[in-house]
Amino acid sequence: MMGFFFEVLIGGLLSGVMYSLVAIGFVLIYKASGVFNFAQGSMVLFSALTFVSLLERHVPFWLAFAITMLTMIALAWAVERFVLRQLVNRPPITLFMATLGLSYIVEGLAQAVWGAQVHGLELGINDEPFEFLGLLLSQFDLFAAGVAGALVLLLSFLFNKTRTGIELRAVADDQLAALSVGIKLQKLWLIVWAVAGFVGLVAGLLWGARLGVQFSLSLIVLKALPVLIIGGFTSIEGAIVGGLIVGASEKLAEVYIGPIIGGGIENWFPYVLATVFLLIRPTGLFGEQTIERV
Amino acid sequence: MMIYRESGQFITSYRTDNRLFKLYQDRFSFYALLAFAFIVVPFIGNDYWFSAVLIPFLVLSLAGLGLNLLTGYAGQLSLGSAAFMAVGAFAAYNFHLRIDGLPFLVSFLFGGFTAAAVGVIFGLPSLRIKGFYLLVSTLAAQFFVQWALTNFAWFSHNSSSGVITAPQLIILGHDFSNPVGRYLLTLAIVVSLGFIARSIVKSEIGRQWMAVRDMDTAASVIGISVPKAKLLAFGISSFFLGIAGSLWAFTYLGTVEPHGFDLTRSFQILFIIIIGGMGSISGNFIGAAFIVLLPILLSVISNHLLSGAIDAGQLENFQKIIFGSLIIFFLIKEPNGLAKYWQTFRQRARVWPLRF
Repeated sequence: MMGFFFEVLIGGLLSGVMYSLVAIGFVLIYKASGVFNFAQGSMVLFSALTFVSLLERHVPFWLAFAITMLTMIALAWAVERFVLRQLVNRPPITLFMATLGLSYIVEGLAQAVWGAQVHGLELGINDEPFEFLGLLLSQFDLFAAGVAGALVLLLSFLFNKTRTGIELRAVADDQLAALSVGIKLQKLWLIVWAVAGFVGLVAGLLWGARLGVQFSLSLIVLKALPVLIIGGFTSIEGAIVGGLIVGASEKLAEVYIGPIIGGGIENWFPYVLATVFLLIRPTGLFGEQTIERV
Repeated sequence: MMIYRESGQFITSYRTDNRLFKLYQDRFSFYALLAFAFIVVPFIGNDYWFSAVLIPFLVLSLAGLGLNLLTGYAGQLSLGSAAFMAVGAFAAYNFHLRIDGLPFLVSFLFGGFTAAAVGVIFGLPSLRIKGFYLLVSTLAAQFFVQWALTNFAWFSHNSSSGVITAPQLIILGHDFSNPVGRYLLTLAIVVSLGFIARSIVKSEIGRQWMAVRDMDTAASVIGISVPKAKLLAFGISSFFLGIAGSLWAFTYLGTVEPHGFDLTRSFQILFIIIIGGMGSISGNFIGAAFIVLLPILLSVISNHLLSGAIDAGQLENFQKIIFGSLIIFFLIKEPNGLAKYWQTFRQRARVWPLRF
């Protein structure tokens, strides 16, 4: 009985890591530009679809990866040039709605170019459960967790040790002050959207390998949202912790509460959980508290 | 000669200052439009126009109106509009089904009140949560309501996959089930609710909403009860959405399942108010017309000009791209939506032939 509990718990934690991957992309963009990027999910779809379509045309793995990454950089450039630059100084709600429009464009574009059929994606990791201390674990989930860990290390290195990272933190702290010491905002936006595109690509590959590359990939944005809310919009660690909480509680709730009230509660449970979290901490676990002045 | 001759029209009392249209030219053209919609359209329209264009246009306008009260006037972002529509539709269905002899207009009303109650419940977190964080409680409403309506067969009277079917639309022995009747019924309800909405936003509560929208800390400092204003916004907005949901189910589609009120519908309603204009009553109608007509226009263009060279799936993708681009275009160029263009045009007409 206890073994089963831990199995569900660990399975949930590991699948939570997959949510975190999507949430990290959000956090990056929110930190650097204050934009709540609803299009992150469609960026995941777009990158995965581009990658898998290239693979199917017999492009080697790494070349396909490079081409997809270039496409994501081009997308970041277009977003900066045609959307963000035009909307400087507008209220955050306007920028959010612009990303809603952006998600429509990116989804439409991805499917118009590559078609709407489901593509299988094989990363060469077998998705077979194995036994560890008497618990059944999925090898694929462990791999995903490893990738997420590596990604977080890479990003924290980028944020803390490089010049660009320090500039990014300055912008996140105070845009005007950053501008006044000569930081180029537009260059940084381009970089951060490209990095978010990279995170989206990684998430897209892992999710694509698990579920098949298809339209529903863009809907994982809805899974990432409660993760973000619980972790706070501005914290990468928060995204990881939030992902773990959502993943674990969602699976446990489905197994233990689900049968009592009729199953299928995975869709809304994280949202209710996140709302409860917010009632206690209105800016998430790791979010920044702001003081309001009139 | 000016098109609008305003000379001699003075406001002499509070009552006249509070009129919907202060100029008699405006009043005249509005009543002319109403007369046209009520008297002329039923004779010149055909069944396709009533069922596929005019009724969805009216219902979506009403839904946009509901969301606009919450988002455009009170400043609370919501992605759960379709959930409140669903609550309205299913509650109206159940009231009609379970209370014998309840006139269905009354069950519409009760459906609206039920939606308002649910709206207030999901609005409660707004007292503590602000801005984007609020998205999560409205999305919770969206997913929870859809799940509850699909999962508990009681709501749909044990029909398969939660489908509900409209009752006979009979008022005072008059059958409104044909397309013209359904159109007139929808029009009457939408117009009267439009009047009510207009009065609400011009009243004290409307001004409180706008103060909360512009800055809630400042609003509370000048003595507005922010919790009351926010909860009223959620309740009234959900009431409008609930009625819109009933109309969507009973006068437009005739039969509906919970899936018909999914997140896509919520987005559609949000797009109506972005394109039409946030914080505007007429904008909802313009935005809804836009959103109903654009897909029709696109499919006509592809069928006739391109002689069907684009298949349906591809057309849907292009439609998405065009919608997305339009939304970004409007946010950049005209954040106040199409309604603002109309106002600018009117202002020009008032001072014509002068420029200012």
